[in-house]
Amino acid sequence: MSETTRRRQNTKMVPAPSHGIIPERDLYSSPVLEARHLGIEFGGLKAVEDFNLIIGRTEIAGLIGPNGAGKTTVFNLLTKVYQPTMGSVMLNGHDLNGLNTVQANKLGIARTFQNIRLFDNMTVEDNVRIGLHNQIKYGMFTGICRLPGYWKGEKQQHEKALELLSIFDMQDLAKVRAGSLPYGAQRRLEIVRALATNPSLLLLDEPAAGMNPHETEELMNNIAKIRDQFQIAIMLIEHDMNLVMGVCEGICVLNYGRIIAKGTPDEIQSNPTVIEAYLGKKKEG
Amino acid sequence: MKLKKSTVNNLISFGIVIIAFIICQTMISTGVMKRSLRGQMIPICVYIVMAVSLNLVVGISGELSLGHAGFMSIGVFSGIIASAWLKGALGLENELIRLILSMIVGGAFAGVFGALIGIPVLRLRGDYLAIVTLAFGEIIRNVLNCLYFSLDGRHLHVSFNNPSIPGTILVNGPNGAKDVDKIATFPVGFVLILFTLFVVLNLINSRSGRAIMAARDNRIAAEAMGINVTKYKMMAFVTAAVLAGMAGALYGMSMATVTAAKFKFDTSILVLVFVVLGGIGNIWGSIIAAALLTVLPELLRAFADYRMLIYAIVLILVMLITNNPTMRALFTKLVPRRGAGQKGGEAL
Ligand SMILES: Nc1ncnc2c1ncn2[C@@H]1O[C@H](COP(=O)(O)OP(=O)(O)OP(=O)(O)O)[C@@H](O)[C@H]1O
Ligand SMILES: [Mg+2]
Repeated sequence: MSETTRRRQNTKMVPAPSHGIIPERDLYSSPVLEARHLGIEFGGLKAVEDFNLIIGRTEIAGLIGPNGAGKTTVFNLLTKVYQPTMGSVMLNGHDLNGLNTVQANKLGIARTFQNIRLFDNMTVEDNVRIGLHNQIKYGMFTGICRLPGYWKGEKQQHEKALELLSIFDMQDLAKVRAGSLPYGAQRRLEIVRALATNPSLLLLDEPAAGMNPHETEELMNNIAKIRDQFQIAIMLIEHDMNLVMGVCEGICVLNYGRIIAKGTPDEIQSNPTVIEAYLGKKKEG
Repeated sequence: MKLKKSTVNNLISFGIVIIAFIICQTMISTGVMKRSLRGQMIPICVYIVMAVSLNLVVGISGELSLGHAGFMSIGVFSGIIASAWLKGALGLENELIRLILSMIVGGAFAGVFGALIGIPVLRLRGDYLAIVTLAFGEIIRNVLNCLYFSLDGRHLHVSFNNPSIPGTILVNGPNGAKDVDKIATFPVGFVLILFTLFVVLNLINSRSGRAIMAARDNRIAAEAMGINVTKYKMMAFVTAAVLAGMAGALYGMSMATVTAAKFKFDTSILVLVFVVLGGIGNIWGSIIAAALLTVLPELLRAFADYRMLIYAIVLILVMLITNNPTMRALFTKLVPRRGAGQKGGEAL
């Protein structure tokens, strides 16, 4: 068992009601993400309002809530797909105010999409190579003239792509067209592609949607593995409560665009407001 | 060393183009080729380059450009002027060097205009490029109609709407350029095709090319991966403009007279027709469509009245061939075409 895994098991959750949900081990390092009073309106509809959250350096956080609660909108705000109408986001100590999606990604935030957005007509490997765009670079001229930098860069990209694909044991699929992969594999490829951008915060929008229970189980282990291996923070939106409760250290519940609860899985499961709004009454047996 | 599949494919396409050139060149030197057809060889090269470069914009970067002939005309006139100046002012007699330098000048001017259009327009989302390039093509033609250039010793004179300028007139407003030094040759045209293929195919199979295609296939995902979409759309657009400018310079110096009126909207659409018929994103298809449809009117002269009928039939045949799944699969093997709307080959 690795050092980090052991450390994780010993970790006691410290819910901080005024701020967010920070595991103890991250107390002494600055948080990776701080969202303050974040909000957005769509023509009068407040899709997200007064969203406050702090995520620790190596925390796995969950974002749950009923359909239409504003979870995906939060991701779009954090990745600057939408510009917030209120509040601010700090990523690794940088204010994201006024920046665009590309700049936010370069500062260390990567994501997957609820409705999969792969480059369907490209190979699995090329999808990952696009994720490596800003990690292994060479210029246009070098590429056209096939200068030594091109061969070196291509070789590095190829090796790095296969290494990343091997996280999900997908290295043998490298030459397959991404659009022809089964659904579950497409979701995994999106995670690999996002990881390739070398993020410090990885946002996963319903990563287990459309997966069978076996695949979900495997994904759960892999999410923890990715965090341990890359030492990054992960925030995930998910409707599968087994996955959320199994892997998340801190959970944030959203309803009608507002946070109604924050805490450890145990606290969330026994929180009457959350049960009322989302989880529903526990079934007998 | 084991070669990559894309490299092998590129080598095959280069091989086919070289073989086609050797056949044409042999036919010309042995006198098998008719005189009228011989005159079509340079225009064929020019239109192949035009089609392939437009395909870089339309097929690979997914933006619609309706003013490709505008870049060609900039190349035509800047190339002709550069050639006359190099000869008159610098006394450069060597025709090959002069031709190549003029083509570089033509490409550079077209590239600058491409950048001027691209910088504001490609920042926007939506089909603005089509509208702006359409306007650009018309504006540049009308402006060129009013421009007069002359060479007086070592000095180049320009005037707007005023034909009375000193020295020998190079470009005479609406009457265009007359008595152009016809220094363009078929071998140089062939080399330009190879150069174009080299640039476009190598670009597609590189980090930048993948970024261009990522921006085309899914802009939001590309941006989330940290790809500066505007930058890569610019890269494709300006590269295409440079290549069109070079083709234009070659074209200008293959004609005794050229007027700006030649490069109207119809010419832009003609090149777009080559691209669409050859298959959007299919470089190889662009080459075939451009070559076939450029020689066709000349070849069909013998059929007199049935000319347009046969032209229409060939158009349909080209469309069927380039869009037929089995033929497309064959083309995919010949030329790497990770293009849009590729519904054919499932496995790669
Ligand atoms: N671009 C937009 N314009 C207008 N309204 C929007 C926009 N994006 C989201 N909304 C609205 O914001 C609300 C929250 O949507 P969001 O997609 O964030 O929900 P969600 O929590 O992700 O739901 P689900 O679980 O179904 O994915 C919805 O009412 C939606 O209609
Ligand atoms: Mg959602």
